[in-house]
Amino acid sequence: MAAIEILDLEKSYLVGFWRQRKKVALHPLRLTVEEGEIFGFLGPNGAGKTTTLKLLMGLVFPTSGSARILGKDLDDPQVKSQVGFLPEQPYFYDHLTARELLNYYGQLSGVPGKSRATLVERMLERVGLTDSAGVQLRKFSKGMLQRVGLAQAILHDPKLVFLDEPMSGLDPMGRREVRELIQQLRHEGKTVFFSTHILSDAEALCDRVGVIHQGELRGVGSVAELTSQSQGKIEIIFCAQKVPVALLQLGAEARVSGDMVNALLPEEQQDAALEVLRRERIKLISLTPVRKSLEEYYVQNLGPAEIRKGVGV
Amino acid sequence: MSVGRMDARIGYIAFNTFREAVRDRVLYNLIAFALLLSGAAILVGEISIDIERLVVVNLGLTAVSIFGVLIAIFIGIGLVSKEIEKRTLYTVLSRPVRRWEFVVGKFFGLTGTLVVNTLFMAIGVFFALLYTAHRFEKMDVWVLVALYFIVLQFFIVCALALFFSSFSTPLMSAVFTFALFIIGNMADDLHGFARITHGAGGWLATAIAYLVPNFSALNVISQVAHGDPVGGRLIVYNTLYALFYSAMAISGAVLIFQRRNLK
Repeated sequence: MAAIEILDLEKSYLVGFWRQRKKVALHPLRLTVEEGEIFGFLGPNGAGKTTTLKLLMGLVFPTSGSARILGKDLDDPQVKSQVGFLPEQPYFYDHLTARELLNYYGQLSGVPGKSRATLVERMLERVGLTDSAGVQLRKFSKGMLQRVGLAQAILHDPKLVFLDEPMSGLDPMGRREVRELIQQLRHEGKTVFFSTHILSDAEALCDRVGVIHQGELRGVGSVAELTSQSQGKIEIIFCAQKVPVALLQLGAEARVSGDMVNALLPEEQQDAALEVLRRERIKLISLTPVRKSLEEYYVQNLGPAEIRKGVGV
Repeated sequence: MSVGRMDARIGYIAFNTFREAVRDRVLYNLIAFALLLSGAAILVGEISIDIERLVVVNLGLTAVSIFGVLIAIFIGIGLVSKEIEKRTLYTVLSRPVRRWEFVVGKFFGLTGTLVVNTLFMAIGVFFALLYTAHRFEKMDVWVLVALYFIVLQFFIVCALALFFSSFSTPLMSAVFTFALFIIGNMADDLHGFARITHGAGGWLATAIAYLVPNFSALNVISQVAHGDPVGGRLIVYNTLYALFYSAMAISGAVLIFQRRNLK
């Protein structure tokens, strides 16, 4: 069963006071995310990632189209008990302590009283907040709030977790912890749908990614699929202290470091290059076709101007 | 995971609203109130002869009403809008919580805060009465009825603040609610005006007189200050009226909020 089925979901707003005009936040979006998948929703700031998440959470209503989560309509009350959500830059009731907040969300999620206290403590431990559990959230740093946010999203053991920019604003250590947590969720068999503009995170974590830009889905597939398109070059690494002249004549761009040479050549020169190495009795270490990185896929599909607007690598 | 019980969810939201008000030191106004009333009682005891009770009841109940209405308006207008602005609502509505449950829970949380507030202020009023008269009298029981009517007024004011804030900015919501509170206190005059006006103007005046909340019927401060009793029929009528009016305003807020996009 698909965890998320989005069927031509569209959202537009009327903007302006006197002369209202239509602004499309999300063009008809069709997307399926399978159960157990880690799906990354990529796009620069303002691409439509948060709008999509809000539509799926029922926080905004679609102009047209529909969506099903875990096989049920969005307005089915059962859906929300099986879903966890971390909004972008979360802000919580700062008069509450972390423990009280998680207990409150546990109550609202229908977690029975008997198991709630144990569950809250376990969750605080999981996100490393046991020592700060009794501190009011108004005294929490951004990173700590993000941890509370993650804890509340997975507290009730949901089957599907939506995370909106979960690594945003975190230091490298915090980002690593969030990555580990997402990987743990994968091992627990949960489906994770997370939006990000940080490509390295998506590359490291996702089974599949969707690229969205200006409210339009530009591509969907595994990172390998999206980046599998060859650049028409090969990279060969071999043992030598200098680059054979014959290889340079084939158009190689080479770099020598110690006893190793790293050379980039046009794909069609592969056989000739191997022949040169054989002839000169040079030991070949590796030969790999050069693929596009996710970043290059991005640049090609979105254009450099948009990249400058807010895509991190 | 089950979705839990609807009444329990409303209770949790109400309790969280109450806890927020308490921790945000809203009830600190009680200290100001207690100081004001004690000071006034002592002053009145010094300067007035035979009318101490009248002045203390008038002053005390009016202060309870004004303090409570101000709290109802200023917290009420932010109940929903603050949650949208700070996005705390997102994590609540992403759970099995229906939007109407959220609005109703917020309403009960604020009215609960005001009931507790009024309880403490009522103790202050009775303490001032005891200080000036040195004993309680039988007619003091009507002061309790007046306090009950004041609480009913708070119910309506909270519901109105919630209604206006479901579609308007906090500032405009405060203006609308306060304006309705003032106009509602002149509802009897409006009804009188409607009776003597004829034609379309008369229809319009009658419609407005019935539409605005009738706070003048809920104001028996002067009556109880003079020791006059309050009829049982008025108590029943006012209770039903306040509950009906609040329910209508809350329903309006829910209808608007149900359709609202949380940008």
